[in-house]
Amino acid sequence: MSTVLERVTKVIVDRLGVDESEVKEEASFREDLGADSLDVVELVMELEDEFDMEISDEDAEKIVTVGDAIKYIESKLN
Amino acid sequence: MGKLDGKTAVVTGASRGIGRAIALELAKEGANIVVNYSGSKEKADEVVEEILKIGKKAIAVQANVADNESVQNLMKTALDEFGSIDILVNNAGITRDNLLMRMKEEEWDEVIQTNLKGVFLCTKAVTRQMMKQRSGRIINIASVVGVTGNAGQANYTAAKAGVIGLTKTTSRELASRNILVNAVAPGFITTEMTDALPEDIKNSMLSQIPLAKLGKPEHVAKAVVFLASDDAEYITGQVLHVDGGIAM
Repeated sequence: MSTVLERVTKVIVDRLGVDESEVKEEASFREDLGADSLDVVELVMELEDEFDMEISDEDAEKIVTVGDAIKYIESKLN
Repeated sequence: MGKLDGKTAVVTGASRGIGRAIALELAKEGANIVVNYSGSKEKADEVVEEILKIGKKAIAVQANVADNESVQNLMKTALDEFGSIDILVNNAGITRDNLLMRMKEEEWDEVIQTNLKGVFLCTKAVTRQMMKQRSGRIINIASVVGVTGNAGQANYTAAKAGVIGLTKTTSRELASRNILVNAVAPGFITTEMTDALPEDIKNSMLSQIPLAKLGKPEHVAKAVVFLASDDAEYITGQVLHVDGGIAM
């Protein structure tokens, strides 16, 4: 079973076409990983599918960095 | 071979009039159809029967497009049944005509809710699926009066002009995901809606039409088929007027 970090990383690499080494916890989707606003919406959609959860629009707005996404998903899974 | 073989189309307000013609025309080109209706179940079932006769699949789904939960259910049912939504035709519309001075707030609200908010809700509800598919066509049925204005229809013309603005913005937001969004603006088309008009109004309508005749629902439907097909793959954010030349 892959960790949350591994699964999130895979989604980001697939969606944004970035190198795995760039996906660090402090990396901002928009500033560091080159995502535009629609990319971020899509990422959230794919994370919802990957982890079979719903992420509300209010929560999604707070997800700025890779670490935010991981922390959010881990808190929802527990 | 049809132009839309294997595609799934959701047509709102498809039990009667222009929506019905659109549903049938899309089916003739090979699409499976989700026939949305608000109140006329029997009429919707008749449209489904006709599509089955053409040899395509169809289901009738009740939904009020102005109600988000209802819309979510419509799209979920469509997806569960057919596995994709390739084409959305936002056609559902109502009229509550009155002169501005006499128009009640409810008349304004009802028309804006169904004719404008309905398009927003349905569009939003299919966007996720179309983004995943990396393809989709959204065709909004506007109206010539949304461009020219029309005495007695402040609510309707405002909603239809709003649909044109929404079409352009949605088109810009979704173009990068290969989702093409266009509007068709019918002129005076013979339907139950126009049949109900008094004779003198009909005559004054005719005098405004360069082609000097009313349109048929099929004229609008064929424009929708074009915009839904591969032939229109380089067209987005446009308003295609099907009105005998009223607005130029």
